Amino acid sequence: MIKGNYKMNPLGKAILQFWRSSIGRKIVVALTGVLLVLFLFGHVAGNLLIFQGREAMNSYAQFLHEMLHGQGVWIARIGLLVAFVLHIWATISLTRENKEARNARYACDNTVQASRSSRIMIWSGLTVLAFVIFHIFHFTIRVDPDLANLPDTAYAAENPGESRHDVYAMVIKGFQNPLVVLFYIVGITLLCSHLSHGVASLFQTLGLRSRKTSGFETKLSWAVAIALWIGFLSIPFAVMVGALKNKPGGGHAEVAPPSGAPVAIADIHEG
Amino acid sequence: MNLTLKVWRQKNPDDHGRIETYEAKDIPEECSFLEMLDIVNERIITEGGDPIHFDHDCREGICGTCSLTINGIPHSKERGITACQVHMRKFRDGDTIWIEPFRARAFPIVRDLVVDRTAFDRIIAAGGYISVRTGSAQDANALPVSKDDADASFDAAACIGCGACVAACKNASAMLFVGAKASHLNHLPQGQPEKDRRVLAMVRQMDAEGFGNCTNQYECEAVCPKSISADVIAKLNRDYAIAVAKEATTAS
Amino acid sequence: MASNGSINSAIPSGPLADKWTKHKNESKLINPANKRKFSIIVVGSGLAGGSAAATLSELGYQVKCFCYQDSPRRAHSIAAQGGINAAKNYQNDGDSVWRLFYDTIKGGDFRSREANVYRLAEVSANIIDQCVAQGVPFAREYGGLLDNRSFGGAQVSRTFYARGQTGQQLLIGCYQALEKEIAKGGVKMYPRTEMLDLVVVDGHAKGIIVRDMVTGEISRHAADCVILATGGYGNVFYLSTNAKGCNVMAAYRAHKRGAYFANPCYTQIHPTCIPVSGDYQSKLTLMSESLRNDGRIWVPKSPEDAAAIREGRKKASDIPDEDRDYYLERKYPSFGNLAPRDISSRSAKEACDEGRGVAPTGLGVFLDFRDAIDRLGKDTIEARYGNLFQMYEKIAGTDPYTSPMQIYPAVHYTMGGLWVDYNLMSNVPGLHVLGEANFSDHGANRLGASALMQGLADGYFVIPATLPNYLAGETPGSVSTEHDAFAEAEAAVRERVDKLMSIDGKRTVDSFHRELGLLVWDKCGMARNEEGLKEALEKIPAIREEFWENVRVPGDSGNLNAELEKAGRVADFLEFAELLCYDALEREESCGGHFREEYQFTEDDEAVKTGHTGPGEAKRRDDEFCYVAAWESTGAGNKPKLHKEDLDFENVKLSVRSYK
Repeated sequence: MIKGNYKMNPLGKAILQFWRSSIGRKIVVALTGVLLVLFLFGHVAGNLLIFQGREAMNSYAQFLHEMLHGQGVWIARIGLLVAFVLHIWATISLTRENKEARNARYACDNTVQASRSSRIMIWSGLTVLAFVIFHIFHFTIRVDPDLANLPDTAYAAENPGESRHDVYAMVIKGFQNPLVVLFYIVGITLLCSHLSHGVASLFQTLGLRSRKTSGFETKLSWAVAIALWIGFLSIPFAVMVGALKNKPGGGHAEVAPPSGAPVAIADIHEG
Repeated sequence: MNLTLKVWRQKNPDDHGRIETYEAKDIPEECSFLEMLDIVNERIITEGGDPIHFDHDCREGICGTCSLTINGIPHSKERGITACQVHMRKFRDGDTIWIEPFRARAFPIVRDLVVDRTAFDRIIAAGGYISVRTGSAQDANALPVSKDDADASFDAAACIGCGACVAACKNASAMLFVGAKASHLNHLPQGQPEKDRRVLAMVRQMDAEGFGNCTNQYECEAVCPKSISADVIAKLNRDYAIAVAKEATTAS
Repeated sequence: MASNGSINSAIPSGPLADKWTKHKNESKLINPANKRKFSIIVVGSGLAGGSAAATLSELGYQVKCFCYQDSPRRAHSIAAQGGINAAKNYQNDGDSVWRLFYDTIKGGDFRSREANVYRLAEVSANIIDQCVAQGVPFAREYGGLLDNRSFGGAQVSRTFYARGQTGQQLLIGCYQALEKEIAKGGVKMYPRTEMLDLVVVDGHAKGIIVRDMVTGEISRHAADCVILATGGYGNVFYLSTNAKGCNVMAAYRAHKRGAYFANPCYTQIHPTCIPVSGDYQSKLTLMSESLRNDGRIWVPKSPEDAAAIREGRKKASDIPDEDRDYYLERKYPSFGNLAPRDISSRSAKEACDEGRGVAPTGLGVFLDFRDAIDRLGKDTIEARYGNLFQMYEKIAGTDPYTSPMQIYPAVHYTMGGLWVDYNLMSNVPGLHVLGEANFSDHGANRLGASALMQGLADGYFVIPATLPNYLAGETPGSVSTEHDAFAEAEAAVRERVDKLMSIDGKRTVDSFHRELGLLVWDKCGMARNEEGLKEALEKIPAIREEFWENVRVPGDSGNLNAELEKAGRVADFLEFAELLCYDALEREESCGGHFREEYQFTEDDEAVKTGHTGPGEAKRRDDEFCYVAAWESTGAGNKPKLHKEDLDFENVKLSVRSYK
């Protein structure tokens, strides 16, 4: 952490003190948590377009890449990266302090009401971090050439001279590897465990919880976690059970789109 | 009843410390947990040993001195009481009971089950008060306080400063204590003039003492002998954020 | 010094109501620049010591404050439940300074000083103002104003309260003020530090010798004056409602260094405690007197019913109303269950002596909320006493909402203490004594909710005004710890500690304390007589002798050693108990907390015939005993020397104390 008291304007000093204080960093974790949860909702909504078919999915991915002349995706990426880094940096430094603060363990260790999710936050968080890195290499950077070279042939046929990546095919192909799916299940499950405590927690950290509202916050927290779990994992499941298939030749998906499928707002991984 | 005790023994702050086993035989069911330790100590002394040191004073759950972690839970698994209010009728014949000190880096062990909690005093000294010079107060009824505010203040003021919240927290966080002490005063009109200063000073002292921070698991409120709600932590967070914002935007 | 009426209590002249104002106006002042040159030692950090230390530091003095607890916030003032009296008359029920004064004088059975008590009543209102400003969360009405309740010995509602934790809330207010001054540098706090001796230099109290209870280090502290606020000596009975650490050591050491000990026989037995359940018992738990506002005290009319309850053949609810004896309501119709503590306690003892006790040991009476719950509803009762009911259930294992509580009197408070004058200074110049540790305001019996009042009055308002009367005549810093008196005192302390460590006998400290306590409770407890007191005076030296030959203090003195601490305290109790019995023997009358069986009203007395009081009530002998007994130490084992301070009543008429 930044040390020393060199000359600084009052605002800078206040921000530094805020960051140095335990509550200050907790508030940073909570606020960045809010951003990340909002992003996850956007992400899952975009993902679910896959059930609408190849055209919807790929057009959406294309939109993301082209909005604000192609800068939109970068603004969002940088914003997310900053939030993500702050979230992790603050929690790691807090966790280190916490380990120091409780330097001796009880021989007989016991708890009354702490949930399991709440007790593994740092581990669920770090596993999610590993998962996110894998996920970015997998679907965003696409290190696997099989997933990288997938032109949307139908689009190219309709729009001569243009090309776009076949996200639809990539996702389905990507999820045909059972090991990948397993890692996704583990990653998303831990993410949702993380959220089941994290969402309720951010109300407390931001000073918005009270004994009267705590029931609502706990339920909301679980609702968020379960909704995201179902939303994200519905796709690999659908692929594994064969409900989603990548028909060679760029055909449309075989499943009928679920009625009232959500309208995508943002998904910046794809494409 | 007959019990097996697994007790943390540590001669002084520099000693490593270890769990030792004692057989507590023929303990009357009606006696309190501390009286059970008294009986064990009487026997240890008579047999030429060194008695188990533990902090205690009022033995009626209000002074906050007793500080035993019983079977891994500060003040025992009974809700809303201190260790001195635990009675042996809550245990069964043949039980093994683990007795350890309140553990936290900010509460160094003095001897056996006795810890040093002066960090709490320093947090209060940093700002946990209302500055009022003796004799300068106005008539007590000149400042009406709504019953709700008075009750909310009292709920927080019920804190006896025992430190069980710290001992129960896996991060050894003192947020429940600091939250309670700050809420007590911040809920009252008398506490408003120094509110921001108080919150900033107490939180900074809390950090400096080496307590951990809150990860919202609420073990603290579960073991609090006065059942103080973790609401006081939310209020502390809120008051702190407001105080920081004011500090950052007000020229000083 | 002569032994009759020769002690100068320094009471100001003039009309009662003007004395304090006049005294303050005439008291010496020390200018702010000089205040910081004076150093003051305060021993004890409860309501009296804590408030004194904080206030004196605010004024600019350099204060050193010592307490045996790990934090000043834990002093035993914290355990007071019920409330604090103040003559605010917020209820418009006719209260006034005079009435609080009169109730306190009468409650004390006309054995306290008029001027001190009037001053107490006068400053009581300021205490409430001060505490509210500090943020003490007193109970309030919906309109936002302060609520009051009634308490024993009064017919007005003047008691301010904070649920069942008034003492804790007041102490926290005082502790916070103290911590503020510690942070500012005006007070240096020494927790876990025990005073082992007073240092007297050329007749003036100029310092103390202390032991750091963690490191075992013995050190000297010098100051321009010493204030003791070290509480009472109730633990001489072993079982009491006092905290385990409460002890008489500081006061007794001062006594041995020349300070007079006044009225030690005035010990208060609180009527509403949870009965003793076995010989392992380490302390007794008080149930707040406020419970008597709504609870009714009774025992069965017949010993047979009582026996059936004791043996579990009958329950309280099996006894119909006509077979119950609500004895306080019967004997004292106008005060009923709110009769003062001494009277309520003795009535419980009488009922149990008649074989009508209901606890398994035979020593217990019922405190019943059945009628209050019927009248007000369970919710109201829960709001008023919820935490007390919960506490009772935790300890006794029965639910007071459905079956009545069992209670029995227990030692609670000691009215006696070191003798002080109107300035709260003892006969040793420079030694000031505050709160329960002095004898001054409660006479032979203290009314409920008056201890907190006295502690805070002494610390916040009296001593800051009176201390300059002593200090102004002193040169600041005139005595250093290099003085021979310090060396002598330290050597004596070391010798005593070494002696205790080296006896290496067979019996534990607690076993001696228990033995002493049982004896003192038996012979000098709720009822005393000449024969019993003489017997106690014979037995106490024997116990003391065995203690010094056969006590076992394990470990070493160089670190935390709870047994060594206890041994030092018990050693002093073993000497002090004699003083207590001498005083009880010498006072051949019954008054307040001191009941001599030989002196009680009988059918032949005029007051009984006129129906003013009943047979068996305490009989004062104002002609012979209207004085403060101030005892001078003549060395351990010797009979102390009695000095009498005559009590002059110019404003109230001594009367038979009737609560009928």
